Amino acid sequence: MAITLEDLRGDPRRVRTERAVRVTLTAAAATSIMISALIVFSLARETWTFVTQVEWATVFASDGWFPRRGEYNIWTLLVGSAIVTTVAMVIAVPIGLGSAIYLSEYARPSVRKVLKPTLEILAGIPSVVLGFFAISFISPEIVQRFFGATDLFNLMVAGLGVGILSIPLIASVSEDALRSVPQALREASYGMGARKITTTVRVVLPAAVSGLVAAFILAVSRAIGETMVVFIAGGAGGGTLFNTNPLEPGLTMTAAMASQATGTDAVVGEALTFQSLFFVGSVLFLITFLLNVVASRFVRRVRQSY
Amino acid sequence: MALTTPATVGPRAAERSVADQLTKGGADWLGGTFLVLLIASLGFCVLVLVTLMVDVIGTSAPVFSERFVDFMTGTLRTRADEAGLYQGLVGSFWICVFVVVLAFPLGIGAALYLEEYAPDTRFSRFVNVNIRNLAGVPSIVYGILGFTIFTKALRSFTSTGRANGLTVMSAGLTLAILVLPIVIITASEAVRAVPDSLREAGYGVGATRWEVIRSHVLPYAAPGIITGLILSLARALGEAAPLILVGATTGRLAGDPSLLDLGQLRERFTALPIVVTEWAKNPNEGFDELAAAAIVVMLVIVVIANTAAILLRNRYEKKRT
Repeated sequence: MAITLEDLRGDPRRVRTERAVRVTLTAAAATSIMISALIVFSLARETWTFVTQVEWATVFASDGWFPRRGEYNIWTLLVGSAIVTTVAMVIAVPIGLGSAIYLSEYARPSVRKVLKPTLEILAGIPSVVLGFFAISFISPEIVQRFFGATDLFNLMVAGLGVGILSIPLIASVSEDALRSVPQALREASYGMGARKITTTVRVVLPAAVSGLVAAFILAVSRAIGETMVVFIAGGAGGGTLFNTNPLEPGLTMTAAMASQATGTDAVVGEALTFQSLFFVGSVLFLITFLLNVVASRFVRRVRQSY
Repeated sequence: MALTTPATVGPRAAERSVADQLTKGGADWLGGTFLVLLIASLGFCVLVLVTLMVDVIGTSAPVFSERFVDFMTGTLRTRADEAGLYQGLVGSFWICVFVVVLAFPLGIGAALYLEEYAPDTRFSRFVNVNIRNLAGVPSIVYGILGFTIFTKALRSFTSTGRANGLTVMSAGLTLAILVLPIVIITASEAVRAVPDSLREAGYGVGATRWEVIRSHVLPYAAPGIITGLILSLARALGEAAPLILVGATTGRLAGDPSLLDLGQLRERFTALPIVVTEWAKNPNEGFDELAAAAIVVMLVIVVIANTAAILLRNRYEKKRT
């Protein structure tokens, strides 16, 4: 019996299902592009209004961030974000990196199996919880006691809270980077008679440096974008003067947006108050976007080298 | 210098003797200090977790011992001894429903497309980069998206007249979008881990791509996918920043509908993390305890979810390797 073309073509119903599934799944994948477009669109429209109508002196040369009074000093927020991020990284980089080195280089598998979930649980704790912990414990027991802060709410407290949130991220990305260093490098080092610490510090860490840099940049980006801890513990509500002291209350870009959106049904105030929210959002979006792009460059470099 | 091994005193002593000759008898102080520092940094994480738990549970104790039922079923009030969590629980429940119904199927679908249908086309590479960027967008920026699109542009759809677009539906849609990249990334990883031999066996007996996915790829990848789903649900549950922008209520909330009343989807709402924020910021007597108690409830849910995810993963990892 000869095989006809009809036999090879297959059951038309199966072919139809196959095509329908393909179209549906493609649409699902395309949704993500639509979301990106919507984010840019949401930010761009009101930001454009702000940028074209604002008097730039109120953005760069006013005394502080008081959107309801028409003072939009962006430096106040940028410096606030920088302080919180710096404090956070001072905590998170050594602790996160140390944990990663221990888990990847020193811990036996059985120990690792117990300790790794600790970091994962820490990673799963919502940021509002850290915000509460920051003002109920970190502030009175640590910042006020050892640094002599007078305010219960201040940028340093917020920074420490954000730092704790960033530890698991740094630890997990760094650990991935360290574990992707080939075993042969370590063996070569031991073969030369190097100790464990020499091998770790002089061979493994330099070999993983791209991944470690990526971990750092990702953590910075995450810390800049973190809202709730600063909103709860940062202390400044509707506005703040320009301030570079971490022991004083202050606002970050994120906290400024959140404060501006609370309490009122529609964000109202001076002429451009509403639009300033979007302007800050755009600045925040651009900064974190650039950091993420740089970080993914570094991650790709790790993948290519080994 | 020759290394000598005394043969008569057993392997342990031999090892020590060789080590002594290599290190010339000196202890590795530097290495020891380094190791202590590493252990201390992990110890710090454990310490933070324990302190946090003790702090929160200790602060919340009076609320749970004196008025547990009242607290779980009460509504938002300005008096600390009357306020309760119920409206927050209802809001968070519905937000999770939106995430499950929208983000889960969309995310798994997109992951299947990226991994099974178009692993390396220009379109899928673009989508991949795009998803990774979306995952790094700060959550409050998603709040701006939700505010502009769901609260303003689609107001007539997401809300009744008096709610002004600030509804559970807006919040649920926003958070579904927020966790979508996480769902896609974790599902993609799970699907990528399915061995090719399984697929080839399917194609070998004449199955179509979808038939292979449905009967081989998805069942094999299921534990990994489900782990990702649980983690993203936990994330949605704890996320507060976007909800502030889509107008979660922080003061009093008028209605007190039952849990499954669909009409409330288009009314004003609040959610667990918002309630926590509000109480934590409230300087009046008694609200600290309330915030801590709400956190305990939230943590119990999140930690159960995370533990389930970790256990699920460990169990299946063990089985397969």
